[in-house]
Amino acid sequence: MGRSKERRNLLGLEVFGIILGLVWLAPFYLMIVNAFKTKREIFSGVLGLPEMFTIENFIQAFEELTFLKSLFNSILISTLSIAVIILFSSMAAYALNRNKSKLSGVFFFVFVAAMLIPFQSVMIPLISMFGSVNMLNAPGLIFMYLGFGCSLSIFLYHGALTGIPKALDEAAIIDGANRFQLFWYVIFPLLKPISVTVAILNVIWIWNDYLLPSLVLGESNATIPLKMFYFFGQYTKQWHLALAGLSIAVIPVIIFYFFAQKQIINGVSEGAVK
Amino acid sequence: MSNRSPWFWLFLSPVVLSLLLVVVVPFVYGFIFSFTDWNGLVANSFVGFQNYVQLFQEAEFLNSIWFTVKFAVVTVLLLNAMGLGLALLVTRSIRSNNWLRTIFFMPNLIGGLILGFIWQFIFINVFSDIGNRIGSEALQGWLSTTSTGFWGLVILTAWQMAGYIMIIYIAYLENIPKELIEAAKIDGASSVQRFKNITFPLVAPAFTVSMFLTLSMGFKIYDQNLSLTNGGPFNSTQMVAMEIVRTAFSDNEMAYAQAKAVIFFLIVAVIALTQVFYNKKREVEM
Repeated sequence: MGRSKERRNLLGLEVFGIILGLVWLAPFYLMIVNAFKTKREIFSGVLGLPEMFTIENFIQAFEELTFLKSLFNSILISTLSIAVIILFSSMAAYALNRNKSKLSGVFFFVFVAAMLIPFQSVMIPLISMFGSVNMLNAPGLIFMYLGFGCSLSIFLYHGALTGIPKALDEAAIIDGANRFQLFWYVIFPLLKPISVTVAILNVIWIWNDYLLPSLVLGESNATIPLKMFYFFGQYTKQWHLALAGLSIAVIPVIIFYFFAQKQIINGVSEGAVK
Repeated sequence: MSNRSPWFWLFLSPVVLSLLLVVVVPFVYGFIFSFTDWNGLVANSFVGFQNYVQLFQEAEFLNSIWFTVKFAVVTVLLLNAMGLGLALLVTRSIRSNNWLRTIFFMPNLIGGLILGFIWQFIFINVFSDIGNRIGSEALQGWLSTTSTGFWGLVILTAWQMAGYIMIIYIAYLENIPKELIEAAKIDGASSVQRFKNITFPLVAPAFTVSMFLTLSMGFKIYDQNLSLTNGGPFNSTQMVAMEIVRTAFSDNEMAYAQAKAVIFFLIVAVIALTQVFYNKKREVEM
C-alpha cells in the first residue's frame, strides 16, 4: 500500500517541479518573444507569441551594441584576468602551504581577511590612485581583478595543496628540478580540478561585473555589461530594441552554461561550502 | 620553502603586490581620507569626525541603510526557505531533477545588471498587461512606488539567487547517509518526522553558511538596484552601495563618500565576523 501512495506523491512532485521550472524560465520566454515583436505589437500585448517574427530588432541591437567588439573585450578581459589569477594564486598558495613559519601564517591571514572588505570601501582611493598613474585601462583592470580575486583563489588552492604529499616535492628536488620546475611540472597539473573551480568562480563575477569596469574603462573598450548599460539608457522604453539587445547579451552565457554545466555547478558548490 | 628562500618571495610577490595596491593601500588611505576634506586629488585639512557626524544626520543615507537592512532580512529568509525547498525537491527521485537543477541555477550566471533590465520589463509591462486582463489594480504601476520597488528587488534577487542557495543545501542533503533515512522509514517514522529529526538537524550547518552568505550578498547589492529601480522613486529604493557610489561620483564628495564607505565596511565586517565566531563555536560543539 505504501508503495503506490509514494509513487503518486512522486508524480505530484514531478508535475509541481515542471510547473515551477516553467515559471523560472518565464522571464527568458518573455524577453525572447517580445524581442521578436514590433514596438506596436508590444504595446498591444506582451504575453503571446509574435504575429510575425521580425529579426530587425536583433540586427539593429547587434549593430548598436557593436556586439562583436564588446564580446571581444569581455572575452579578453575575462580570460587574461583568470589566467593571471590562476597562475599567481596557485604559486602563492604553494609557497604559503610549503612554508610553516609564522610569517607565512600572517600572509595567509591577511589574504583571507581581505575578503571581508567590500568593494565600495576601497573604490574611491583605488580609482584615484590608478588614475594618477594613468592606469585606468585594460591592463590596470586586469591587475585589479588579480587583487580582488586572489584571496578566495589562494584559500581554495591552499586547501587542495594540503592533500598533495611533500614526498613529491622532495623527489623532484632530488631529481634536480628547481622550485619553479617542480611547481610547474609536478604540482600545478595536480591542481587541475581546483583550477577549474577557481576559473569558474572568477569568470562568473568578472564577466558580469559592471561597476569596476564602468569606472576604469572608456566607452571604446566597453565590455558587454557596460555597453548594455549605455545601450539601455539610449533606448529606454523602446522595449523591442532593448529586449533584443538583452537577448543577445545573454546568449554567450547560455552557450557557456550548456557546455560546462557540470563543472559550473560542482565548482560553485565547492566554492560555497568551503 | 623557508622565509629566506628567494623562491618563497618570488612565488608570493605578484599577489602580494596586487593585494597591496588594489585592496590594502586604498583601504588604509580611504580610512585616513575619511577624516579630511579630500576631493579625490588633494586633502587640505583634517576635519576630525565631521564627515561621520554629518552622515549620521543625513536622511538619505540613513534611509538607504534602513532600506538595505529591511531588504537583507527579507531576502535572507526568503532565499533560505526557497533554496531549501528547491533542494528538497530536486534531491527526490523525480525524473526531471537534473533539468530542474539546471534551470533553477541558470539566472545566477547572468549578471544582475542584465537581469534587472529584463525584470524592469516584466514588472512594468507584463504585470500591467496581466493586470488589465484579470482586472487587478494591484499589478499596475510597479516600480513607481517605494513598496513595489522594494518587492520588485526582493523578487528579482530571490529568483536570481535561490538556485545558488539550492546548490549549497544539495551539497549537505546528499551527504546524509541513505541508511539513516531507510532505517527511520522501517521504524515507522513519517516523512514529517524524518525531516524534523534527521534531515533538518543534518542540514543545519548549511543554514548557517547560507544565512551569512545571503546576508552579506543582500548588503552589497548594487547592479540589480541600479538596473531595476535606479534608486527611484525619489531615491527611496536606494541601497547603501549605490548611495556611496552616487555621493562619490555624482556629487563628487569624495571624503564624505569615503566616510560612508568606512561605515559600510564596519557593517559588513561585523556580519562576517559573527559568522566566523558561530562556525568556530559549532566546530567545538561537534
